[in-house]
Amino acid sequence: MSSIKIKLHQQDIDKLKEVCASFNNDAGELINVLHKAQGIFGYLPAEVQEIISKELNVPLAKVYGVVTFYSFFTMIPKGKHPISICTGTACYVRGAEKVLDEFKKNLNIKVGETTADGKFSLSCLRCVGACGLAPVVLVGEKTYGRVAPDMVKEILAEYKD
Amino acid sequence: MEMLKVTIDNKTVEVAPGTSILDAAAKVGIQIPTLCYLNLHDLNIENKPAGCRICVVEVEGRRNLAPACATDCADGMKINTHSIRVLNTRKTVMELILSDHPFDCLVCAKSGKCDLQKMAQDLGIREIRYQGEQSHYREDTSPAIIRDVDKCIMCRRCEMMCNEVQTVGVLSGVNRGFEAVVAPAFEMNLDHSECTYCGQCVAVCPTAALTEVDHTYKVIEALADPTKVVVVQTAPAVRAALGEEFGLEPGTLVTGKMVAALRQLGFNYVFDTDFAADLTIMEEGTELLTRLNKYLAGDTNANLPILTSCCPGWVNFFEHHFPELKDIPSTARSPQQMFGPIAKNYFADKIGIKREDMIVVSIMPCLAKKYECSREEFKVNGDPDVNYSVSTRELANLIKLANIDFHNLDEDDFDQPLGESTGAGVIFGTTGGVIEAAVRTAYEVHTGKTLEKVDFEQLRGMEGVRSASVDFNGLELKIGIAHGLGNARKLLEEIKAGTSQYHAIEIMACPGGCIGGGGQPLHHGDSSILKARAQALYREDAGKAIRKSHENPFIKELYEKFLGKPNSHKAHELLHTHYFDKSNQITIE
Repeated sequence: MSSIKIKLHQQDIDKLKEVCASFNNDAGELINVLHKAQGIFGYLPAEVQEIISKELNVPLAKVYGVVTFYSFFTMIPKGKHPISICTGTACYVRGAEKVLDEFKKNLNIKVGETTADGKFSLSCLRCVGACGLAPVVLVGEKTYGRVAPDMVKEILAEYKD
Repeated sequence: MEMLKVTIDNKTVEVAPGTSILDAAAKVGIQIPTLCYLNLHDLNIENKPAGCRICVVEVEGRRNLAPACATDCADGMKINTHSIRVLNTRKTVMELILSDHPFDCLVCAKSGKCDLQKMAQDLGIREIRYQGEQSHYREDTSPAIIRDVDKCIMCRRCEMMCNEVQTVGVLSGVNRGFEAVVAPAFEMNLDHSECTYCGQCVAVCPTAALTEVDHTYKVIEALADPTKVVVVQTAPAVRAALGEEFGLEPGTLVTGKMVAALRQLGFNYVFDTDFAADLTIMEEGTELLTRLNKYLAGDTNANLPILTSCCPGWVNFFEHHFPELKDIPSTARSPQQMFGPIAKNYFADKIGIKREDMIVVSIMPCLAKKYECSREEFKVNGDPDVNYSVSTRELANLIKLANIDFHNLDEDDFDQPLGESTGAGVIFGTTGGVIEAAVRTAYEVHTGKTLEKVDFEQLRGMEGVRSASVDFNGLELKIGIAHGLGNARKLLEEIKAGTSQYHAIEIMACPGGCIGGGGQPLHHGDSSILKARAQALYREDAGKAIRKSHENPFIKELYEKFLGKPNSHKAHELLHTHYFDKSNQITIE
């Protein structure tokens, strides 16, 4: 597993410990803690997993096991605007793959990669529970419904900065 | 209690609620095949992820087949364990497992002892109809254990051992789907992790995904070197299990045949780790009494309880997981590491050879001993006190390689002086044995009286955590015993919390103690084998003329002529060690 060696700043460590504490350092809350941690760092580097392992008193191998089991979690840093395309059954049937292809073409990256400028990253996920809006695309925390391939350029343009 | 009536293959059986189909079938002599399932009844160890699906059976009225290990009986259930549907499914399941398994049985370390191979044979697999992708992982070699996860079938027995039983937490299922595998965090190497090398994962692995680092060939090379004097020491638990590798009943003592075989293999001196166990008692027992006397004199820094330190898996455990307690265990080295310097100093001098011309080989029931003898603090100018540590299984292979007819060997005796041992040294190999041996000596030294009865039944047994007290002439010595690192953890947490009531605690890393070590013949989940081995050691002890370590004449001579007295400066130099804080030594690549 490739992991980028990073050094966490003390403030990051404190923040992470606060997250753990907000879940009472309960081992049963591991997934929730990882979720929040990924929200803070954008990904889950080894050092973050180590701290969570110590705080929740869960073996590091178990933490890593959970991180590698759920496709939502990643150990690769995401772009500033992470793009997730739902390829669950409903979205797939309604053309998610064509939408995905359009994103790949426009950004010139594959699924799981980040653009060279660090701005966008591309991932697939399985069902966000909004099947009525299929196909669904998430950019950061913003949700786009009924996305057609010809809307992709427009969506990306919103994040020109 | 309301009993349930079930019919299995037309046989009716009554079982208590909560009984699995697998156990119910066993009651009427039907052995449903299992692969991932493992149950060591008396040790509270059960693995039933219901993952392999080999044990599926047909239950009348149920749509799908049921895994027998994880399905409880219900009243009136009618079960068929070998219908055509069951047999076809089992075969398909097996072929699918094999479709992602290397086909190198002929040269595999586990060949002939592999549960997967045996199951394929039992199910009559003659072809594999499924050709698919095969997993490829890098091999991971540590000082004691090799992980070849291409051979992992995801039974997760190792994970259960490492997490639930040993609470070491190094191995876990990671990734998903076809990529899923059991591995340490970040798929790092074992020697970068907190692995204790207890080897319990190896002991339960059904395939060769986890095996020991094999040193048999290094021993063969040493024996073939005419410039070396090759000395061997054998741990107590080996004699109670080696016979199993030659088809003998578990619990058969093969001490004499083992000695004869070692001599025939060409070892120049066949000695006994039991001698070093007696020496351990002199050192550790003296340390116990010193601390106890301080405590009785009102010294609040007496450092009690004292913990035994004979078990290298246990030493690794506290160095990684409880470094704050590293000053509490006895500083006495393990018997293996006491034997080394005595052989390479005292005995080498006695026979007039230089240290570097002697090779010390140890035969151990243990895999952590392989790591232990490679520790830097047990070397002098790069020369290890113990050169090679080989397991009981490896010794059996050596004996077979040398064309020795084990069954027809005449019994032989150990060489002197380092082969002489007492009954106290023998019982080191089972849980409770070290502390019983220590009590036999400490009692007599402390009270100045002779023990009427040397058997301390209250210290024996298979309960994971035991406590007992021994009357030391009015002083009630409180003793704790734990085997299995998960049980050890419970006693350590008490010490940390300041609630421990014990004066002395014995800890062994493996369930059952060394008799259940990671280097022993594979028990395949039968805990009666472990009990039989323990009983064998108690039998050997009972049959010994001398049963107290301090009465071993060669131990007395060793102190008179060489060491001075227990815990002397020289004894400290050669027979004691120090421990390290390894809590931050995980290396992330």
